[in-house]
Amino acid sequence: MIAQLTLNERTSALGLLILVALTGALMAVIGGDDPFAAHGVIIILFCAVIAAFVISGFDAPEPRIDRQDSYYDDPTKVGIGLSMAWAVFGMFMGVWVAAQLAWPDLAFDGAWSSFGRIRPTHTTGVIFGFGGNALIATSFHVVQRTSRVRLAGQISPWFVLLGYNLFCLLAVTGYFMGVTQSKEYAEPEWYADLWLVVVWVTYFVVFLRTLARRREPHIYVANWYFMAFIVVVAILHIVNNLAVPISFTQSKSYTIWPGVQDAMVQWWYGHNAVAFFLTAGFLGMLYYYLPKRAERPIFSYRLSILSFWGITFFYMWAGSHHLHYTALPHWVQNLGMTFSVMLLVPSWASAGNALLTLNGAWDKVRDDATLRFMMAAVVFYGLSTFEGSFMAIRPVNSLSHYTDWTVGHVHAGALGWVALITFGSLYTLVPALWKRPQMYSPALVEAHFWLAIAGTLIYVFAMWNSGIIQGLMWRTYTEEGSLAYSFVDTLVAMYPYYIARTVGGALFLLGAIIGSYNIWMTAKRPFMPAATDDVPQALSPAHARVPAE
Amino acid sequence: MSVEEIDPPSGKKTTGHEWNGIKELDTPVPRGVLMFLVVTHAFAILWWVLMPTWPLGDTYTKGLLQTDQHKMVAEQLGAAEVAKASWMSKIEKAAFPEVQADLALMAIVKRTGRQLFGDNCAACHGRDAKGGDNYPDLTDDDWIWGGGVEKIAETLRVGVNSPHAQSRTSQMPAFGRDNLLDASQVNSVASYVYSLSNPTFSTSRNIATIEAGREVFLGNCAACHGEDAKGNAEMGAPNLTDRYWIYGGNLEKLVTSIHGGRQGHMPTWDTRLNEADIKILALYVHALGLEKP
Ligand code: HEC
Ligand code: HEC
Ligand code: HEM
Ligand code: HEM
Repeated sequence: MIAQLTLNERTSALGLLILVALTGALMAVIGGDDPFAAHGVIIILFCAVIAAFVISGFDAPEPRIDRQDSYYDDPTKVGIGLSMAWAVFGMFMGVWVAAQLAWPDLAFDGAWSSFGRIRPTHTTGVIFGFGGNALIATSFHVVQRTSRVRLAGQISPWFVLLGYNLFCLLAVTGYFMGVTQSKEYAEPEWYADLWLVVVWVTYFVVFLRTLARRREPHIYVANWYFMAFIVVVAILHIVNNLAVPISFTQSKSYTIWPGVQDAMVQWWYGHNAVAFFLTAGFLGMLYYYLPKRAERPIFSYRLSILSFWGITFFYMWAGSHHLHYTALPHWVQNLGMTFSVMLLVPSWASAGNALLTLNGAWDKVRDDATLRFMMAAVVFYGLSTFEGSFMAIRPVNSLSHYTDWTVGHVHAGALGWVALITFGSLYTLVPALWKRPQMYSPALVEAHFWLAIAGTLIYVFAMWNSGIIQGLMWRTYTEEGSLAYSFVDTLVAMYPYYIARTVGGALFLLGAIIGSYNIWMTAKRPFMPAATDDVPQALSPAHARVPAE
Repeated sequence: MSVEEIDPPSGKKTTGHEWNGIKELDTPVPRGVLMFLVVTHAFAILWWVLMPTWPLGDTYTKGLLQTDQHKMVAEQLGAAEVAKASWMSKIEKAAFPEVQADLALMAIVKRTGRQLFGDNCAACHGRDAKGGDNYPDLTDDDWIWGGGVEKIAETLRVGVNSPHAQSRTSQMPAFGRDNLLDASQVNSVASYVYSLSNPTFSTSRNIATIEAGREVFLGNCAACHGEDAKGNAEMGAPNLTDRYWIYGGNLEKLVTSIHGGRQGHMPTWDTRLNEADIKILALYVHALGLEKP
């Protein structure tokens, strides 16, 4: 890996690491007793590990001059590894959180292990750790292949990937120490947020420069989605995290948004995180790996355009459906609700476009678990978007809000859509990347598929049941007009479902562990030079073309 | 490869674009999608016309239905009050014995009381009101502060060791920690107290210790717990001769109580629940004590 860098680049990488480590050292010194100082130490350690790696390869021979003749896949390979490691961590925390809801004693009376602290380690671990790394890894792969050009920059892709992981690490270690902004999915404090801005802008530049150099006249749909993901997440992140630290030597800060505006900004952020992180980015994956694996053309280019702009436009307005029946003015809730209903059209158009792409390849769906992962993901995507639009209707939300129904909806999307499409994509990508004819064990892919499906169904059905029972119990009155149930009564009713959810989640986690093992073994297998022309193809005369204006 | 070609399985034309082997068909947007688009937009527009939706500077479109959520909530709360009024007013006005005599009313009290208890009291006293470590059992007929429903209502209103001005105070001194008694005295008085509810405990071997404990008891404890150790509801000193314990009745727990003292805390509900709810809860808790054999 280091061998891909010139001596100059190796030196700059070390310089950069020293710079970041010095910032960490400064934090460690001025932070005193605050977790701010502990984070400084973590930054130093993080840089030290990478620096050790760079130094160990420092004397390797320099690369050939013509690096442009090959794709730059090292960051993608490492990104896949990191993504799976985060998946196992995040899902393990999910199972633990689930178990705590059934058996609260599993917090073991620790502050760090209390529900409020480990819950965000789950959400951050899976969304940003697992999902984010998978998105960075696949977007780097896809943009090169669909632009027929090597990734822009040598160090900057590494900076994006590793810098992003440093952010995730600061986030998760912070929660254990009690550092949080208390904004869901935006918990990390101001210094981690600032760092992410630098990383994310670099990501944007790398992606844009690669696209600008493309040797294809048109930009492929997958890249529209990746681009939307990168641009919008940057905007959301900056606006929602505007805050004033109580001091530059402490971790705590206060948001600049007051009262109900804070709530609205937070859920405008939260909903568009769903839209542009958990949806747009993964649609980018879908648009490349599904047709690739099925070896079928996309069903309709026109439908792609309609869905892309529909999703981009409508999602932006829908955030207020997270604040139905709150202090937010009624008219804002109504606007969010109507846009959520219209949003169903482009959502289903995307799902339909993907399913119809499989026409002519259904025999492969039957035989190939990898393609089946992606097909099932599309079905769950259709299901969770329908459910979402339905729940956004105010009277429906008056039942579902604050209940486990929301959690069921979340995981129909998160397990069924986000995780399944990622696994399907990685099982397509890994053999291609490491130049293997197939995964180490197709039988294990098959086993993973069924574990994931069983886990998702158990999880989602348990939460639907539990959520609807909970919602109905809360609003049941006795004949004489008193509430029929107390809150603890509903907890007693939830108990069996919480156990079921823990079991379903454990199955899903087991699948992810098996998948990690399979990917590891595929990568480790002795290299077999396969007949492949997986290089920027403009170099072969048959494909030569001038980039369009 | 910018030539459009026909895709054999579907018979459709491609757009002529190709990316690393991926092509696209030029299929027109299906009519169903367009219909769906029309239907959802029609719904949205209808909603915009009927309901408050679009901002206009510092106001917003009110909608043809003129819906006002604040008014709706007020109306619904009003209606709920009216629905409950028939029995609520009886409970508010009637004295406890009158309510207790009215079986229909007591049935309502028990249903409503169960929910109120679950939401306000179960966290400490348990869902079944049987208490637990450090929290008294309310289903027995053994009352620290006296068992009449009036007394229970008073306990709820002012609390025990609570910030309420008239709060009941419950002070069990820390005899061991504050050196009022030495360790052997604490042990012997604990043995004595233990023997009160476990007559078989005293044997020829420990009878001397128990006797010594009795002396200590009469000298230090009887003022609050009474010479017969049957407690004093005025001071909140519990009966020590029965099988009901707040903090546990084995020797080790007794030693802990006597060594370190006890100051139980029961919140005041004066400002958190209205008078009728306190009444319902007092009746409910009192009835629990009666139902137990
Ligand atoms: C924060 C915990 C807590 C909550 C909540 C609580 N209690 Fe108590 N309660 C106590 C403790 C502790 C005592 C024992 C006080 C003492 O040491 O005398 C007590 C005592 C009582 C007593 C007196 C028992 C006796 O034997 O005289 C009654 C009656 C009672 N609680 C009823 C209720 C009701 C009804 C509620 C709900 C409105 C409630 N409690 C909520 C902690 C609590
Ligand atoms: C100043 C009055 C006072 C004196 C003196 C006193 N107690 Fe107590 N005792 C109390 C009160 C009040 C409580 C209830 C504490 C509570 O509910 O938190 C109590 C509780 C106890 C308990 C716990 C009962 C249970 O249900 O768990 C024991 C045991 C006990 N006392 C034993 C003694 C002994 C033995 C002595 C003498 C050495 C003694 N007390 C002297 C007031 C007193
Ligand atoms: C092993 C599988 C998983 C288990 C057992 C699990 C379990 C849980 C639990 C118990 C909660 C808390 C629910 C509550 O507070 O009531 C939760 C929340 C959440 N999880 Fe998971 N989870 C798993 C996988 C995932 C994955 C893969 C993702 C995303 C890609 C995800 C995203 C989320 C989100 C976004 C929330 C917050 C939901 C909300 O606030 O409504 N989970 N999960
Ligand atoms: C058309 C698309 C969608 C719509 C209209 C929609 C709508 C909704 C609604 C109404 C809620 C409940 C808000 C509440 O009552 O608190 C919700 C919650 C949520 N949805 Fe969706 N949803 C859609 C798709 C998705 C997808 C594909 C995912 C992918 C993972 C997802 C993830 C979430 C999450 C994480 C929450 C929980 C937020 C929280 O409270 O923490 N949604 N969504």
